[in-house]
Amino acid sequence: MSVASVQDEKTPVMQTLPTDEVRQIMWRFADRYDLQMLVQSTRAVARGVVARIVAEGARNTHEWTDAKDQMLKAYDESGITAMMSTPEFGGYLAGPKNFVMALTAFELAWVDAGAATCSLAAGLALEPILEKGTPEQQAEYLSRCVPPLPGEDRKIARGAFCLTEPLPYVGVDTGIMCGKVRVAEWEEGKEPLLQVDKRGRFITNMDYANFVVAAVESDDDRIKGTCMVILEEDDDGVYDRGAVTHKLVHQLSSTRDPIFHMTVPASRIVGGYTIQDGVVVPNHNHGKVLEAVFARTRVPVGVMTAAKLVSAVEPIIRYQRGRFRGGEGAPGTPRYDLGLQMKEDVLHRLVDVWATGEAATSLGLAAARHFDEFEELDKTRDDLYAEAGASSVREILKIRKKTEKLALEYLDLLTQSEEERDEARIAELKSNRLVEFMIGESLSNILSPATKLWNTGQGANMMREAVSLMGGYGITEDCPGFLPQKWMDSQLEATYEGPESVQRRQLIVTMTSELFLAQFRQWIVELRTLASERPGTGACTLGSAMELWLWTYRHLQDSKDADGKPLYRDKRQGATFPMADALSWLLACRCQILDCLELAKKGPENPVLGDALPGYVQFFTDLCHVQAAHAAGEVSRICADLVYGYNRHPSWDPACEQCVQAGEIDCLEGLIPGISVGARLSGDVVETDGSHANKAGPCPHFTGMDGFISRRNKLDGCLTGSRLAKDRAGNVLSQVMIPEALDYPI
Amino acid sequence: MSNGFHIVVCGSLVPDPLQTLQPVMGASGLPELKSEMMLPSVLDPWAGHALFEAAHLAAKTPESKVWLVSAGPKARLQQLMMTLAQKVPFELVALDGSASGFTDASSVAKSLSEAIEGIAGLDRSRMLLFGGCASASRDAGATMQIVGERLSIHDQFLAVDELDVENDGSLRILERIEGGQYLESVCEGPPAMLGWATGTLPEPKNNPQVGMMNMRTIMPALQRAQSVSVGAGDSTFASVEVPQQRRETRIVKDLPADEIARELVEWIRS
Ligand SMILES: Cc1cc2nc3c(=O)[nH]c(=O)nc-3n(C[C@H](O)[C@H](O)[C@H](O)COP(=O)(O)OP(=O)(O)OC[C@H]3O[C@@H](n4cnc5c(N)ncnc54)[C@H](O)[C@@H]3O)c2cc1C
Repeated sequence: MSVASVQDEKTPVMQTLPTDEVRQIMWRFADRYDLQMLVQSTRAVARGVVARIVAEGARNTHEWTDAKDQMLKAYDESGITAMMSTPEFGGYLAGPKNFVMALTAFELAWVDAGAATCSLAAGLALEPILEKGTPEQQAEYLSRCVPPLPGEDRKIARGAFCLTEPLPYVGVDTGIMCGKVRVAEWEEGKEPLLQVDKRGRFITNMDYANFVVAAVESDDDRIKGTCMVILEEDDDGVYDRGAVTHKLVHQLSSTRDPIFHMTVPASRIVGGYTIQDGVVVPNHNHGKVLEAVFARTRVPVGVMTAAKLVSAVEPIIRYQRGRFRGGEGAPGTPRYDLGLQMKEDVLHRLVDVWATGEAATSLGLAAARHFDEFEELDKTRDDLYAEAGASSVREILKIRKKTEKLALEYLDLLTQSEEERDEARIAELKSNRLVEFMIGESLSNILSPATKLWNTGQGANMMREAVSLMGGYGITEDCPGFLPQKWMDSQLEATYEGPESVQRRQLIVTMTSELFLAQFRQWIVELRTLASERPGTGACTLGSAMELWLWTYRHLQDSKDADGKPLYRDKRQGATFPMADALSWLLACRCQILDCLELAKKGPENPVLGDALPGYVQFFTDLCHVQAAHAAGEVSRICADLVYGYNRHPSWDPACEQCVQAGEIDCLEGLIPGISVGARLSGDVVETDGSHANKAGPCPHFTGMDGFISRRNKLDGCLTGSRLAKDRAGNVLSQVMIPEALDYPI
Repeated sequence: MSNGFHIVVCGSLVPDPLQTLQPVMGASGLPELKSEMMLPSVLDPWAGHALFEAAHLAAKTPESKVWLVSAGPKARLQQLMMTLAQKVPFELVALDGSASGFTDASSVAKSLSEAIEGIAGLDRSRMLLFGGCASASRDAGATMQIVGERLSIHDQFLAVDELDVENDGSLRILERIEGGQYLESVCEGPPAMLGWATGTLPEPKNNPQVGMMNMRTIMPALQRAQSVSVGAGDSTFASVEVPQQRRETRIVKDLPADEIARELVEWIRS
């Protein structure tokens, strides 16, 4: 690699892999000691107990073993289990839990994603109760999920979340259920007893869960609709943990197909119920609970895959550097010191893996922070509607429509220059909590599915790249950093809690929100400003890619295919799904750039970073640029495919409009001399004997596509410099100091 | 009167070596480690053993209390506390200054002993002064003795691996001596200085709950950390280099031990 061309003496070079201080600034928890401590504590468990049992082969069985049980004990002792609770109920972390769940998932998945799943699934079981449970349910389960304190004689409550059912029922589609609930007994004036029959498929934590939150549908006129219900191990009836799932991945987590036939009091309905005309009416149907739960819990899953990509960097560097040691070439020779890193391609590919990991982590953590910030407001949504005088569904829709207009006005005012805009109006709109709520909600609806979709899907693809960089070692059990296991595991992260199709389905609806699109436009403007202040991050490239996406989106909205059928429709997943993928690329890249800029801005306030800061900033800037180019390429490809792909290619058919018949132009030669030659030069003429140029048909025309063509051309040009950034980043990877050995067993 | 101990542990941070650390002459004429400021820091391992032993002793002796006196760059100390504070309960006395391995033991000892003298509520008659018998960055092996002397603690034990409190309140102490043997001493009681070797305890597990409790006093302690100037005293450094490691292997069978010893002595003398 020509180092001189991309790096001069003044270019700062990152000396060591990013430290905790760097991460705390980038991921915005530099002032949260509680979180910093939990990160350290989780890390010790991950790189201690978890790594040790993986190295000892705990993944070689899908059965629950003592070794795996040790892991749960370590979670209890290190504060991981209690993090979901609140100080009021014996926990130690106050406030929302999204960011903390994401950070914990990051640390555990750094070593093993199955270990992360164990902790996550416990949270998943509690989430319905946290989100929609009655105050009594919350008090009970939030205190029981905390490990017993010294001197306390009680069993810890560990939960499972049971939605998925054996075929042909609940999977991607959660609407039609075979899990049923009936009234078992209802004595006059007493609480009804419910008979719950539910079979689960692929239910995490089922080896040891002593309570289950199950989704069921009424099979009784005396119960309305669907609900989620809490089942306890000691309730009357059958609590059969069922057959173990023969997983090829995530073997540190427990998964089984349980069977429940139980009688429970109606007070176990999550969120409670009312009795209306002799009918039990759950306060929340299962769909409403799921919506609230999945919006949040999908984010840490995306963070898991992200962590694995970043975790791959160090073992790969070590493998590359040491590849030829012990053979010819003494210390001090490039063959000894650099090993495989003498080759440009391995450095470039590692840069790509790292850049993806950065973007994915940035997106996931940004999403988690958003959910933390939005939680309080989100919980008051019903009160906000009520305050606005809306109680029925129709009234709520009406008030939402009205508020959306105000929110759009607010967002529009924000884009105006400070001297010109109406500050009083801004203040007035800003104080409207419903306006704030709807803006926040539009982001929640995008960030969660985008994180789950992109991080796990693209993350799995890039984990394969990471594995390939380890050569044959990469597909053995002995591969340092457990990379092949991490690769296979990614496919589960892409599947559970809703596979990619579920996320795409959500995104294609939520990204049509004008509120979201207004913010998206605003981001383009911001990115341009950032680019002018700090060139080199790829912010400008990203802005251009976002413009191309926006143009394509608007175009698809109004376009029809060659057969006259509209394109942007729910059923046409081929036309809509790729736009969801493209959007996710853009969002990840934007979050990555914002995190890099945060480091540049806040880094100088941290004296520990000192001289090392410029090296980090330069390296992360280059990674952003590389990722922006990658995203631009993907978006460009997807958009061009959709914009042109639904038009029918002109054919040599004589009836085809774009075909020029030889006879016709030869006739015109008398009127327009030279036309017959000119037309033949374009190659679209069918001769009288039917012969024509060797191609699929006359070239298509691009009427109405100027907007697309100019934007795409511009975007291509915006790639300027991205390869130089990659060279620079690759060069740093061949110099950065790494520890002598990995800090966990292999 | 209470029987509890007032245990003061001296310990600070050292760079977490990613690769062999290269000593170089700094601009000020004092040596430093190349890229030291870019490396993450960890608690000096011997001081760590001292702290964990202190906490263990305090936990089983009612009315005891542990202080950790640390001299180091304030921001780095703060970062270190994110892990350390979760391990065991203690109160921090922070001194903002250099934690370099090239400072002079007596200069460091002076700052530490002055800080200890200033600890409010410390009962010197019940005091056990703990520290590492050496440091991973400055193996002077003298710092703790000087701190002890300055505080008029003359019962000093070095390379300690075990401390037991007997029923009569006396302290039974095992110090490492040559040949894998221990010197067993009994000391009437505090005050005493113990420079720990590895001790016998594992590193305690992290527990953020303990951390959250500790942080209540640690953050204010860091905020009011006094800056101290610990330097190299009168020492001047002519040059600095990594000790060279030499390995010459010869495989010989059935050589009597006396013969091996004779060869070694010869080699050392040569
Ligand atoms: C190890 C493991 C642990 C799990 N833990 C839990 C748990 O704790 N609790 C729980 O309730 N569930 C759990 N699950 C279930 C998991 O959430 C489901 O497997 C997942 O949601 C997909 O459902 P399915 O397997 O039935 O796939 P299907 O519904 O059969 O879908 C298969 C594929 O078909 C396509 N597809 C389906 N529908 C559509 C559509 N409408 N549009 C486009 N494409 C579509 C997609 O490509 C999809 O991936 C777990 C699964 C595994 C493997």
